[in-house]
Amino acid sequence: MLAILLATIVLHLTDLIILFISTCANAWRTDGVRNYHLWYDCTQKNGEADCSGTSDADWLQAVQALMVLATIFCLISFIFFLCQLFTLVKGGRFFFTAVFQVLASLFVMSGAIIYTVMSPEMKNENDAYGYAFVLAWLAFPLTLISGFIYIVLRKKE
Amino acid sequence: MPSGLIPFPFHLFSFHHPSLSRNPSHTDLRGEQREIMLSVLALTSVVLLGIASQTTAIVVYTSWERHALVGTDVRLSCSFFSWQWTSPDVTFSWHYRPDGAKEAISIFHYAGGIPYVDTKGPFRDRMEFVGNPSRRDGSILLKNVDFADNGTFTCDAKNPPDIAGSPSHVRLFVFEKVPVQAGVITGAIIGVVLGLLILIVAIYYLMRFLVARRVFSLSMSKHGRKGKGKEGSQQKQAGPLK
Repeated sequence: MLAILLATIVLHLTDLIILFISTCANAWRTDGVRNYHLWYDCTQKNGEADCSGTSDADWLQAVQALMVLATIFCLISFIFFLCQLFTLVKGGRFFFTAVFQVLASLFVMSGAIIYTVMSPEMKNENDAYGYAFVLAWLAFPLTLISGFIYIVLRKKE
Repeated sequence: MPSGLIPFPFHLFSFHHPSLSRNPSHTDLRGEQREIMLSVLALTSVVLLGIASQTTAIVVYTSWERHALVGTDVRLSCSFFSWQWTSPDVTFSWHYRPDGAKEAISIFHYAGGIPYVDTKGPFRDRMEFVGNPSRRDGSILLKNVDFADNGTFTCDAKNPPDIAGSPSHVRLFVFEKVPVQAGVITGAIIGVVLGLLILIVAIYYLMRFLVARRVFSLSMSKHGRKGKGKEGSQQKQAGPLK
């Protein structure tokens, strides 16, 4: 039982870290020298970064909001998990933890889908998706699995 | 130390020494409170006077940026803060520096109660003075803005004898289509979702509170599940009605 508990906590923390990195790192698209989205448009010039704000596209702001919300909900579900670990009755289910984790995965999914559909076309060969984009798509199944684990998990003694 | 300047806590401690046989009289207590209030008032006024005597510079306020559609009218507001009364010799002046230019040109001046509007420069016949100098408002109205009006407008106000201060700048951006400001939609989505979350949590706790107060009558079940309890009570109420 302790192993399962530890594995669940590790998975949840991994999700949280992945979501944080994906939301905060500015590397959803990269152009060789320039990495842009989600927050800034930064060009590397001789070791210095020349940054400006991204264009205020509506869909980009929606993706920003969804990623921030997913991170917040994952954090809330972790706090709930720690609370419920100590206050739940024996045999009870981690209901609220599961709800918030599933909601977080839904938000990440929406954000990643919106970004994939609406992001501009690749202009040249160096244009590629950055690591933050990959992490966002990775976070979706991980949070979903974590949410389902919490639905199934029961507190035993 | 003279008695009037004894610091606050010591004074009270010496007074509130509990000796059961002796009652401190109410008039003595009120005198104490009055002294404390007077000293606090004196301190505050000294501090305020100190601040007032130091900051006699005039402070001019304008917006930071203005965004406008092509062809619309833009009101550039300018106001100032000064410790002196508004003098009849108050002056406002506006300068304009186009994007990319090095020098600013003067486009508006108000002095001696008369506004002087630009009649030769880029804003001739397009500018109007809509301010109220007696209320410290020196705003101008630019009509029918175009892309050539992009630039920095500087407002300088002087309120004799208060003349030391720096002017304030406002940048004008003229767009074909006004874009959504950065972060508006983001903030709105986050705010709505978190607001809904807080609302749901509040409703949940409210229902629990109402159940505990027996607004809804409960049938006690082993696990204390509220859902089952409410259904049980509804069935009980439906029974006698039939």
